[in-house]
Formats: sequence, structure tokens, C-alpha cells
Amino acid sequence: MSVEAAIPQPHGADSAGDTCREERTLSLVVENMNCGGCLRSVEKAVSAVPGVAHARANLSAKRIMLRFDPEQCAEDTLVEALAGAGFRAAVMEAGKDADADLAERRYLRRVAIAGFAAANIMLLSLSVWWGNASDMDEVTQALFHRLSALIALPVVAYAGQPFFSSAISALKARRLNMDVPISLAVILATAMSVFQTLNGSQQVYFDAAVTLLFFLLIGRWLDQRLRTRAHGEAQNLLSLQSGFATVISAGGKQRNIPAYALTPGDKVLISAGERVPADGVLLSGRGQIDQSLITGESDPAWIDRGDAIHAGTLNLGQPITLEVTAADEMTLLAEIGRLMANAEQGRTSYRKLADRMARIYAPAVHLLGAVTFITWLLLGAGWETALTYAIAVLIITCPCALALAVPAVQIAAASRLFRNGVILKNADALERLAEIDTIVFDKTGTLTLGHPSLINGDEISGKTLAAAAALGTASRHPYAKAVVEAARARFGEVDAGTDVEERPGEGLRRIAPGGEERLGAPSWCGARDTGDASLCYRSPEGKITPFQLRDTLRPDAFETIRQLKALGFKVSLLSGDRNGAVEEAAAAAGIEEWRGEANPAEKIAVLQRLGRGGKTLMVGDGLNDAPALAQAHISISPAKAVDITQRSADLVFQGNNLAPVLDAIRIAARARNMAFQNFAIALAYNTVCVPLAMSGYVTPLVAAIAMSTSSILVTVNALRLGAVRAGEGT
Amino acid sequence: MNALAWLIPAALFLGFLGLVAFLWSLNSGQYEDLDGAAWRAINDDEDGPD
Repeated sequence: MSVEAAIPQPHGADSAGDTCREERTLSLVVENMNCGGCLRSVEKAVSAVPGVAHARANLSAKRIMLRFDPEQCAEDTLVEALAGAGFRAAVMEAGKDADADLAERRYLRRVAIAGFAAANIMLLSLSVWWGNASDMDEVTQALFHRLSALIALPVVAYAGQPFFSSAISALKARRLNMDVPISLAVILATAMSVFQTLNGSQQVYFDAAVTLLFFLLIGRWLDQRLRTRAHGEAQNLLSLQSGFATVISAGGKQRNIPAYALTPGDKVLISAGERVPADGVLLSGRGQIDQSLITGESDPAWIDRGDAIHAGTLNLGQPITLEVTAADEMTLLAEIGRLMANAEQGRTSYRKLADRMARIYAPAVHLLGAVTFITWLLLGAGWETALTYAIAVLIITCPCALALAVPAVQIAAASRLFRNGVILKNADALERLAEIDTIVFDKTGTLTLGHPSLINGDEISGKTLAAAAALGTASRHPYAKAVVEAARARFGEVDAGTDVEERPGEGLRRIAPGGEERLGAPSWCGARDTGDASLCYRSPEGKITPFQLRDTLRPDAFETIRQLKALGFKVSLLSGDRNGAVEEAAAAAGIEEWRGEANPAEKIAVLQRLGRGGKTLMVGDGLNDAPALAQAHISISPAKAVDITQRSADLVFQGNNLAPVLDAIRIAARARNMAFQNFAIALAYNTVCVPLAMSGYVTPLVAAIAMSTSSILVTVNALRLGAVRAGEGT
Repeated sequence: MNALAWLIPAALFLGFLGLVAFLWSLNSGQYEDLDGAAWRAINDDEDGPD
């Protein structure tokens, strides 16, 4: 960075620089930046905005970092520029995840330094061993040992810090964790080696201490990486949810401010298709809103002057004006978020598998080390010899094959799931997913696609569909969008209708050459006896065509449920929707057990009851599900679901199919097997090596190498999980 | 023995150079977007890396 500043600026840039001294940096989340082409388009779109000095997109993190002049362009013009290029972007709240990034980088730095030291000390150690067999004199040996000490001491002090600090905090809390024996082995080996080096003795084990740190740090870094990624994705979702609000000031002027900066009393303009940024009361306008984020209800709701509207709902009709009553942390949306956090508290008692092992393991490691030391002393060996054997025992029993085994399986399974469209949000989600015996599905948006689609398309002529779709393009109403979508599926492209008038609650109309044509509520079109049509089209000649729209099941729902039942899971359906609709969906998906009209509290009660008898997987998306999702043993959400639920769910899946749920359960089961295999490898290795070490046949370096080999074996075993993908078409 | 007097420092120094190079690349953010870097390499746009 300092290098950049030192480069002399060319004259032109210098004079321009005077006006944009006050540059600001900003990062934006770009949701749908998925490929190299998008990366370039995103950078181009933003760079074209006047005032932007520098833009660099990050494809892995789906973010773009900007330097711009706030006097020439504002945050929202940047977001709009990206929207114009077809990218959905939002401003990141600054500095929220810098910590996780920094931690990952710090681990990598320690890995590099420990690796450098390990290689060089090994070089010196090997020379000494071979020197023993030939003619190396003692002066040279002493020199090599001192050089090793010179390299090892600062490196152990620096690279060992994560282990030391974790061990100290564990000891302060009067507990033992895996880092205690590791720290003890490293410190003892280093201290003894320093002592022996000064005394000119042979028993010097800097190589063992540093090699041990090197391999352990690799494991820690992999683990941190997994966490950072999961955290970054969650952060992206959170930022996308908030967005901007258009505030109307007293003089009637409009300006855009971030949604979290709104205060009660502000007047906010919400145009069609925009999300409501805060809780408030409707001042003017009349229309329809999509409340599915709050209520889980997929049908649009009617609102009129004076009605309360909640943050997170979607304005479907004409522009409306809202007087803010609560913003940011005070909204109902935030309240539901907190409710969810409380439900999540119950889960913190769950200990990670490795931690549970450590509680049994760590005392045993120390005991074995102490027994070795004392026994050899009693047998009459010198303290140096006894301590060397004890260190070898500490290193060889060091549970780092275990420590590495779990993250290795995690990462292999996570990347495998990712390829199948499933994102893991919680590191211990896989373990819990492997334990379930009952699966509870929500209906809207989970078993179904969550938006209406045309089901009687076969009965509608191409001409009628095209005409109806032309009207439909003028509206953002889900029904109109469904008609347009059906037309797109049939014809490829749809002509946009001109001069279409939208009448809230009634429909769309246009004066065509032959008369007026309408697309809207059956009664408004003058239809009678249309059965359960959701929408009608009246042609200029007066011919009426009914359109039936339903929230259809995901295409593979029946097959997935059949396979889940074949695997022996108890499957049920739990929804807040009408009983009739739930029964219909249950029958279509092949689920015998269902319950409709359940409010959030009832859902929680049902899951609590199930939780007593077994382990439940909840698959759901609506925000009213969020507390229920947190109540279940483990939860999965579809990716287009509400952002806040995505944070609460342990896993998230993408796309229109339900199959990822099945894949996730299968992979979780395999990952558990893999983890058990790895524990078995670690155990087998210990039963062979520990007696050898205790009887003094193993030097600390051999112990460190044996331990590393077992770690590598365990990692390679875990990688098989990610590698098996050919032939397993999912 | 005389050879060692400069061979060892030379070996350590070269290794150290490698370490410094790695730490520099780490600190200058070259590992932050590996996916993006792969795409940038095959980008045909006229403006070079910035």
C-alpha cells in the first residue's frame, strides 16, 4: 500500500486529484456475480459511474471494493448502476467481517513461518544424523544445534500462540482441551532442547516441536477458512436484506438513505416492486403487498390508508407513502429475528464431537506422559531420557489426527454439498443431520415453488395467452407474472403491452383497436361460472378465458419424499396455510401425516413434542417458520427464501428441485461414517504407537512424523468424500 | 567446515527470501480471490492489470 503512494502521479492525475481528495471506500455485495464474465461486467458497470476512482471485484466473496468521490456520486447511484447491468447489489455495513478475514490470514502466515522453520531445522537435523554415521565433529554438531535453536525459538513463540493462548484460557477455566497437551509437548520439547544444546548434549528435538506446530497449524487454518466462508455468506445475505429507502422531506424533495438510518416520523416513498424498509403506517395510496416474509402467506394482502405495514413486505401495486413508526432494530422483522436467536440458545449446549473427545482424551494424554516419565525415573534412567520419552508420548498421543479429521471431513462434505446446490451454514450441521429420524416439511415455498404458476395452460389458445401476457407485463402482481412466465415458456419472447392501466385489486386493462381488453379478477371481467379460476382474460370481442393459477409442487417432490420414506424417515407436513390447501399438497407429495392452520407457537409446540421422541429435521422457508426452524434438531431452507431464515437454517439449498434435501441427508450419513473411520484410524494408530513410545522406542521426531502420517492418512480418507462424484448423478 | 560458514547462511537466506515473498503476496491480498484471479488471467480486455 505504501508502495502505491510512493509512485509519482502524472501531472493530469495530480490536478484531477485535487478535487477528489475526500475519497471514500465502500464494499458492495453483488448477489448474482457467478462467473468470470460477470466479474468484468460488474467492474465495468461501476467504473463507468463518474467519480469512481477504483473498482475491484472479488468473485469468491461476491463483493466489490470501490474507491469513489462522494461529491460526484452517491452510494445508491452505484447500486443502481449495477442494477442497470443486471446485478443485484447492496452496501455492506462496514467492518463487520474484517475480523474473520484477518484471523484466516494470520493462521496462513503462521503456517508459512512454521513451514519455513520446519524445513530448515530438518535440514540441519538430517545433517547431524548423517554426521553421526560419518565424521562430523562435535563443534559442528553444536553449531547446528545452536542454529536450530536460533530458528526454532522465535518461531515456536510466534507460531505456537494460538495453542498457548487457548490452553491458558482452558486452564484458567479449570478445564483441559486439546491445546493443553500440545502446548505442553511443544514447550517441554523446546525447553529441554535449549538446555541440552547449551550443555552440548545429543538429545535435541527442535525439529519435533516445529514440525508438530506446522502440521497442527494447517489443520487450524483449514478450519478457520471454513468458518470465514460461512460467515461471509451470511453477511452478504444480511446486507442484501436492508437496502435503501426514498425519504420525502418537508419540502417535497426526495433523497435516498440506507434503511437502517430511518427514524420514526420519516415519510418514505415505496415504488412498485420495492421492499418496505421499515415498519409504518400507510399515508397515501392503496394497493397490495406481499407479506410472505412476515406471515408466510403467499397470497397478496390488501392495504388501505391507515393500515400498518411491516418491514420486509413487498409492495406489489402502485407507489405508496409510508410514515415510519419503527426502523432498523425496532421492526417486527428484527423482533422475529430476536425470537429466533432465543430459540437458538437451546442449541449452544451441543458440544462438537472433537470437544467431547478432548474431555476424555486430554487427561489421558497427560496421565500417560506422567506415567512414562515417573516409570523411567524409577527404573533408573536419567531425567533427560525419561523426559524425552515422556515428550514422545505427549506428541504421539497428541489428538491432532482427531483435530484434523473433523475439519477435513467437514470441508470435503461441504464442497461436495455445494456442488449439489446445498450450502452448509453451521459447522456441526452435518453431524446433527446424520442423527435425524423424522422430517417435517413446510408447504409454501418449500414443498411448493412458492409462487403461483399457470396450470390450465393446455386449455388456453396461443393467441389468448399472448394477448393476456402482453397485458401482464405491465404489472408486478404474482398472478400477472405467472401468466407472463407461462407465455415465455411457450413462445420464448413476449411483447410488452403499451398503454396498460392497472386498477388495484381489479386488474389490468387496455383500449385495443377492437374494444377494451381486460386481465384481472373474474368478477371484474364479467365472468360467471368460472369455477376456481384465479384470473380471467376478456378479449375485445368479449370472449372470457379463465386462467387457473396454483402454487405448484416442486417437480421432484413426490419422488424425493418416496425415497426419503424408503430410507426409513418419518415424513410429515406442517403448514400455516388453509387446511384444504395443505391436504391437497400432502396428497400430491405422498405425505400421509399433515397439519394445517398452525401458527408459529403451535409449530414450535409440535417440534418440541417431536424433539422429545427423536431428532427432527425441519425443512421450511417463511419467516413465521424461523423460530420453528431453530427449534428443530436441524433445519434446511430453500435459497430463495427470506434472508433471515437463511441465517437461522443450518443448511440452505438452491434451485427448483427438492432433491438436494435427500443429497444432504445422504452425504451427512457418509460424512459421519467417514468421521468414525477417521476416529478408528486415529485410535488404531494410538494403540500401536503409544506402547512403543512409552517403552522408549520412539524419539520425539519419529513421534512427530508418525503423528503427521496419521494426520495425512486421515485427511486423505476424508478427501475421498469429495472425490466420489463421477457416476453419482444427482 | 569453511564452506559451511557461508553455505548455511546462504541456504537460510534463500529460504528466507521465499518466506518473505510469500508473506508479501499474502499481505498484498493475492490469495483473497483465487476464483476471480483464474478468470482475470484469460481476460482479453485491452486494459492491463491495475
